[in-house]
Amino acid sequence: MTEFNEKVIKQFTIATIFWGIIGMLVGVFIAAQLAWPALNFDIPWLTYSRLRPLHTNAVIFAFGGNALIGTSLYVAMKTCQVKLFSEKLATLTFWLYQLVIVGAVFTLPFGFTQSKEYAELIWPLDVLLTIVWVMYAVVYFGTLATRKVKHIYVANWFYAAFIITIALLHIVNNLAIPVNWHLSYPVFSGAVDALTQWWYGHNAVGFFLTAGFLGMMYYFVPKQAQRPVYSYRLSIVHFWALISTYMWAGPHHLHYTSLPDWAQSLGMVFSLILFAPSWGGMINGIMTISGAWEKLRSDPIIKMMIVALSFYGMSTFEGPMMSIKTVNALSHYTDWTVGHVHSGALGWVAMMTMGSLYTLTPRLWGRERMYSVQLINTHFWVATLGIVLYIASMWIAGVMQGLMWREVDASGSLVYTHVESIKATYPYYIIRFLGGVLFLVGIFIQAYNTWKTIKGEVRDEESMVEVVGEKA
Amino acid sequence: MSNFWHWTVIIVVALHIVAYCWLLFATAKKKTDKLADNTTGHVWDDDITELDNPMPRWWLWLFVGTIIFSVIYLILYPGMGNYKGTKEWTQLGEFQAAYQEVVEAREETYAAFINKPVDEIIKDDTAMLLGQRIYANNCAQCHASDAKGGYGYPNLTDNDWKWGGEFETIIQSITNGRTGIMTPWAGPLGEEGVQQVAAYVRSLSGIEHDAALAEAGAPKFQMFCTACHGPEGKGNQMLGAPNLTDDNWLYGSHEIIETALYEGLQGHMPPQNEVLDEHRIKLVAAYVYSLSRK
Repeated sequence: MTEFNEKVIKQFTIATIFWGIIGMLVGVFIAAQLAWPALNFDIPWLTYSRLRPLHTNAVIFAFGGNALIGTSLYVAMKTCQVKLFSEKLATLTFWLYQLVIVGAVFTLPFGFTQSKEYAELIWPLDVLLTIVWVMYAVVYFGTLATRKVKHIYVANWFYAAFIITIALLHIVNNLAIPVNWHLSYPVFSGAVDALTQWWYGHNAVGFFLTAGFLGMMYYFVPKQAQRPVYSYRLSIVHFWALISTYMWAGPHHLHYTSLPDWAQSLGMVFSLILFAPSWGGMINGIMTISGAWEKLRSDPIIKMMIVALSFYGMSTFEGPMMSIKTVNALSHYTDWTVGHVHSGALGWVAMMTMGSLYTLTPRLWGRERMYSVQLINTHFWVATLGIVLYIASMWIAGVMQGLMWREVDASGSLVYTHVESIKATYPYYIIRFLGGVLFLVGIFIQAYNTWKTIKGEVRDEESMVEVVGEKA
Repeated sequence: MSNFWHWTVIIVVALHIVAYCWLLFATAKKKTDKLADNTTGHVWDDDITELDNPMPRWWLWLFVGTIIFSVIYLILYPGMGNYKGTKEWTQLGEFQAAYQEVVEAREETYAAFINKPVDEIIKDDTAMLLGQRIYANNCAQCHASDAKGGYGYPNLTDNDWKWGGEFETIIQSITNGRTGIMTPWAGPLGEEGVQQVAAYVRSLSGIEHDAALAEAGAPKFQMFCTACHGPEGKGNQMLGAPNLTDDNWLYGSHEIIETALYEGLQGHMPPQNEVLDEHRIKLVAAYVYSLSRK
């Protein structure tokens, strides 16, 4: 048996949950501010505009990033049957990555920002992140290169695509000329800058939140379901189609703007073509579990994974639809977009991460199972209900806003003022807030369960099958 | 764009679409040396294996369907470099067509009332509804949804007019905007003078004040303030100089008086003639006119 470097993976696991709590807490807080604006207490660094980038950076790069780096290194070791290429470098990667995140926490709320969505970090942090990312890539690819298994497992293709592409996106979109320690100006301007930004922005979704988590899915779903991956061919085709098509999809963020018509059209058609490659991953995941449906009753981790895959399928159907210009004309700038993002972020990314961590945690700390399987089940239901409340309210709010904003009377005047649409959205902001609270409660449950598992405790409880009153 | 980029875009897009087709059909047909148990024979981490199932047919056709749609779309619409598409669609063209449609439709609607005298326009429910919406989207940001104004923004419902409440005057105010300026008087008046004039101005509205100060302020008011506010302090609508005798304050309350005297004031209403056309200005002016006549 190979000795694996588990310490650094443990660190990434704990960091994932820690930053997940922070990021989601900030998310719930700013959701509350939208319903009750007085909650900014007239303190500049507590205002929505300052905290929103902190929320997105924390959940995407801190929660999602720690989950991806940690699991990718674990999966690389396990599927290559080797130790990490360099444990020291991996540990340094861990601590420096946390430093970048702490840097974000101490800059974004105080107004230090590049003002590029999802690329808000100021240039010194961008430089640090670049260095960390190269170190991470050396560890990851070094581990693959020294593998003792002939074939590279499909999960690693996705992780590899994620690592390479994020490096490319991060560097190109952050090309800027610094003028002092925190301020810089981008080298691109006007529509070119906007297109570069959304080439980055959409591929951050495509490669960070999709390809990376598909890598996670391809390892942890067959592992937990104890079933072979459904189709090797499908994995090849959807992998290549996915990574080549995502590159084109960015312009759909700039429909009906000063971006030239031809670029908008290409963004739209390639977003539509992206539909099938995205669903390839869902099909492969769901069909892998399909031989083990009975586990849905006994194993809440499988439930999390199947729900994650379902939300993945749903949001990758919704995305191409929203990229169609006529649909986009209604949906753009509304809360529908926010709902869409969260069906991917909560439903797919977070659910898959949580499920995978429930698989990973007992293995890392050498426990038979998590402290409590029933608490996983509770987490599953609380989180799922939270997502449904969140997405449903934002759908209704978004379509309503889109319809209100475009309603024109016989004089060519808007029938509704903007503030009327905000007033009409108020109840949905409250529902969304409640959905967020439930999801946040979920990760607290996971943190508790993980804490107990690490301590080595096992809760004496009936198995899930007995709970639902059926014989195994 | 230049010929180079025109062809680059076309070639890259075409190659990409061809590559999809090749990827799909070559992989779908490829025979592999799969094992009797339908796996690829690869095993990772003790127990992870892969089946060699064919790709689902419906999924393949879904993929092909989106490609066919895209090819047709790129023939009909712009996308391939400088190629304009058979429909010659542009977003600017779409906007202009939609705008033209609205303009034509609204002139038809307006015909029923737009040339009538204002007293009849304000009795026309349609005209007032349309006017209210123009107001809500263009004026309410400053003058508030209920038109009662705010700090520095005049109340439009109280029939107290800074620049005049005649229908034609309101149209003027909306069309060309207004700029009201009161210069600072700290220099000529001095600290004591400011206190005296302030007391005198309070006395005009019957607000509690120091009578001795007010008495001392009266001649100073006559010397410095009457040019705009008039000898009786009743203001001058030609200049936008407010009436100082009615206890009605544009800037919150009479507590503004000292600040106004020390630092001066300036109010600016931007002209709307670039945003609204003549008929729409007339409609919204009629709506504003109606507010203080209910």
